[in-house]
Amino acid sequence: MSATLNVSVWRGGADGAFRDYEVPRHASQTVLDVVTHIQRTLDPTLAYRYSCRVGMCGSCAMTVNGAARWTCRTHVDKVYKNQKLEIGPLRNLPVIRDLVADMREFFDKWARAQGQFRGARTKADDFARIAPGSEKRKLVDAAIECIGCGVCYSSCDVLARNPDYLGPAALHRAWTLVNDERDTLGVDRLRAVAGDAGCQACHTHVSCTERCPKSLAPTAGIAGLKRAVARAALAGEL
Amino acid sequence: MNFRGETRLWILQRASAAVLALCVLVHLATLIYAVQGGLSGAEILARTRGNATWFAFYSVFVLAVAVHAPIGLRSVLGEWFGWRSRSRDAALLAFALLLAWMGMRAVFAVFA
Repeated sequence: MSATLNVSVWRGGADGAFRDYEVPRHASQTVLDVVTHIQRTLDPTLAYRYSCRVGMCGSCAMTVNGAARWTCRTHVDKVYKNQKLEIGPLRNLPVIRDLVADMREFFDKWARAQGQFRGARTKADDFARIAPGSEKRKLVDAAIECIGCGVCYSSCDVLARNPDYLGPAALHRAWTLVNDERDTLGVDRLRAVAGDAGCQACHTHVSCTERCPKSLAPTAGIAGLKRAVARAALAGEL
Repeated sequence: MNFRGETRLWILQRASAAVLALCVLVHLATLIYAVQGGLSGAEILARTRGNATWFAFYSVFVLAVAVHAPIGLRSVLGEWFGWRSRSRDAALLAFALLLAWMGMRAVFAVFA
């Protein structure tokens, strides 16, 4: 193990460039440790985003050697190849500065995909009783753990070509609500996720599923949406 | 095109893909079986002409291609060249008709 790491970090906005740094290497060092070292020791003007440092908040996602990752949960040993560590902002999002991507469009698309729960019950009503083993509940369970880090969005090749595409996270969220028996939005949500910017634009490249740090499968959720939308269309409900 | 139109195209492309998967298999199996000993053009035509079953099969094949290919090309044109205007759909309708015309011309020549 060499004593130092050769690190290239994106500096500036969309028209910025990579700048090289030499960072001391340590055992069990994460990529977030590397970025933090640069900001605290070598260049305090470096902008980056993080919060929990333990893989719970999802705010430290960046592009590391070409792939979107949570930097706090990525050990340098795992990604330091050919004496090179290249760290950039998430792809498919505007760059605010350095390693900070503008997440507004990412979250706006959750709203556009009708990612909000719409229920009919009030505080006065009894709890909804959903059998834990029911088919729909199991589909919700498989998809519900998303923390909105943007890794899937950044990894999606369709988004690179079709910027209006809602993206894996927003569609996956919609899929959990389509399967939520308490939700009342029904076919209106299917309308929101259909079309060229919606589920049908997915080419099943599976990059989102491959890169999801939570091991979720947005591709499967999007395929489920495609089937649900097609069924509604064939029934004349869309 | 709105989401209903897009959904209709998506269903048409998936349905035509299912038809094509079957048609390609039958087509290849028939080719391999029929040409084992070598066949001349005249021998092929002697077998195919006037055969209503094969005429119907290849008509379905051609029409499925005419539906399937332009819808796929539509995504390619949108994603690679940013061509998403109505002129894209008009051009692809013309392409679909061209495929259908050329394909059916061949079907009539071989099976009618």
